[in-house]
Amino acid sequence: MDVLNKDRVHELPVQEIDVFTDTRDILAHAEKAAKRRGFQDWLICDVDAHHTETISWHELVQYIEDPVIRHQAMLFHDEKMGTASYGLNGDMGLKYQDVGGRIPHQAGIREKVDDGIHRDVTLTRRAMSALGVDYMVLFPTPMLTLGLHPQPEMEVYLGRAYNRWLIDKVLTKDDRIKTLAYLPFNVPKEAERTIEEFSGQPGVIGFCVPSTRHKPVHHNDYMRVYSMLQERDLPIAFHAAYHWQDQSLSTINRFLGMHALGFVWCNMVHLTNWILNGIPERFPKLKSIWVESGLAWVPFLMQRLDDQYLMRPSEAPQLKKLPSEYMRESCWYTTQPMETTNMKALELTLDMINAETQLLFASDWPHFDFDLPQEIYDLPFLSEQAKRNILGLNAARLFNLDPTPRKTL
Amino acid sequence: MAEYLVCSEHEIVDGGRKVVACGDKEIGIFRVKGALHAWHNMCPHRQGPICQGRIYPEVVEPVDENCEVRTLQYNEGNMHVACPWHGWEFNLETGRNPVGRYRLHRAELAIREGQVYVVL
Repeated sequence: MDVLNKDRVHELPVQEIDVFTDTRDILAHAEKAAKRRGFQDWLICDVDAHHTETISWHELVQYIEDPVIRHQAMLFHDEKMGTASYGLNGDMGLKYQDVGGRIPHQAGIREKVDDGIHRDVTLTRRAMSALGVDYMVLFPTPMLTLGLHPQPEMEVYLGRAYNRWLIDKVLTKDDRIKTLAYLPFNVPKEAERTIEEFSGQPGVIGFCVPSTRHKPVHHNDYMRVYSMLQERDLPIAFHAAYHWQDQSLSTINRFLGMHALGFVWCNMVHLTNWILNGIPERFPKLKSIWVESGLAWVPFLMQRLDDQYLMRPSEAPQLKKLPSEYMRESCWYTTQPMETTNMKALELTLDMINAETQLLFASDWPHFDFDLPQEIYDLPFLSEQAKRNILGLNAARLFNLDPTPRKTL
Repeated sequence: MAEYLVCSEHEIVDGGRKVVACGDKEIGIFRVKGALHAWHNMCPHRQGPICQGRIYPEVVEPVDENCEVRTLQYNEGNMHVACPWHGWEFNLETGRNPVGRYRLHRAELAIREGQVYVVL
């Protein structure tokens, strides 16, 4: 037996990963996996990744248009002690995603960023590089519950400030970073104004409705919004989240349960209303994307709605097809968090949603349940073309992106 | 097979670890209740860096004679390492996850004259 000396053994520079560990060290295995699979030649679009906008909140509030609210927000940050970020609602102290510190990158990314570039640009680039991603679509994090804010105008103030800040500080600095701009959905006229103002802005490839809200997506007030998006060929995304103040979920006492149901329930409700009220019939070219609810719920909803519709077609008179047919033809879905404990179920799910054209890879980095591109690449039941479509080409078609890979692995 | 000299035995104290690269393989060596255990630094879930995760005692929820519960407690008799990528937990002595369905890949160790070797 060969005995190799200590020089051949290298102690890893990071013995225990914590909130200060560099993204490139956390994801070192991911980068190796990407290289091993030859992702250099694959277009990979990550349609749902996040940054923590509240780290830059003092900077972001300076982009609030209303001078009084802007002044109030800036003073709030300059002078108040021990408070959360100005204007945000949400569960605040109920954010247990990091499982009591077990998943440090979810708790915080406090690594050194001293390259003179905006922190969020550098961190996003590091993640893209490690994951082997060509384009990354950034979403906010705490702002995802603004749809439940008791002051509907706050969603307008902060949503617009976020869009303006993100374009100015992040999207104009790297054209591989994209966003689906925040749509202040609780105030339809302001949503229309947002579409007018931000369509065509650098990095804006569509619009996002954070799904935790109690507004009906089929209300007549939104028809102008949908019409404007359809005219511009820009998708609308419904990005899921959870909220412990939701009475229908309020008996849940473990975050595991809240996350498992909350991130699905909001999109189940909206998609049910979307289909049964015939939005795809009224706006046949409008593309809707259902983000961060995983995939296992889709076959359930397809079967459930089909069965009920066939017994009660008079209640959904606009439909000319089964609900499931709309769901597999005019709806797109992001992969993450992809449920993988039953591969037969996953295979059937991908078949039912017509994954070859309707499924979009998403990592959700840096959240606790993030996925890697290899999860799609390694699926044994997909053709190579289907994998390429899911990992990037479907997104390129949907968002009119150049399908040529841009990364250097 | 090859042996990789890692360090002297006393460098890894109880509750401590050393995560090393032996050629192209990464191995984590942990000392638990006085004994050394070595695992490949590859979580069976998504190939994350399991050996670079935080170490926690197993969490238990005692059920009293009325089938009621009121606390969560740490069981210091079972030490777990949690994968820093997604939180999957494994017992550091057995390599098994809480429901026993998944396990870490053990690496062989040799101890000679107070020196720790990884055998691959």
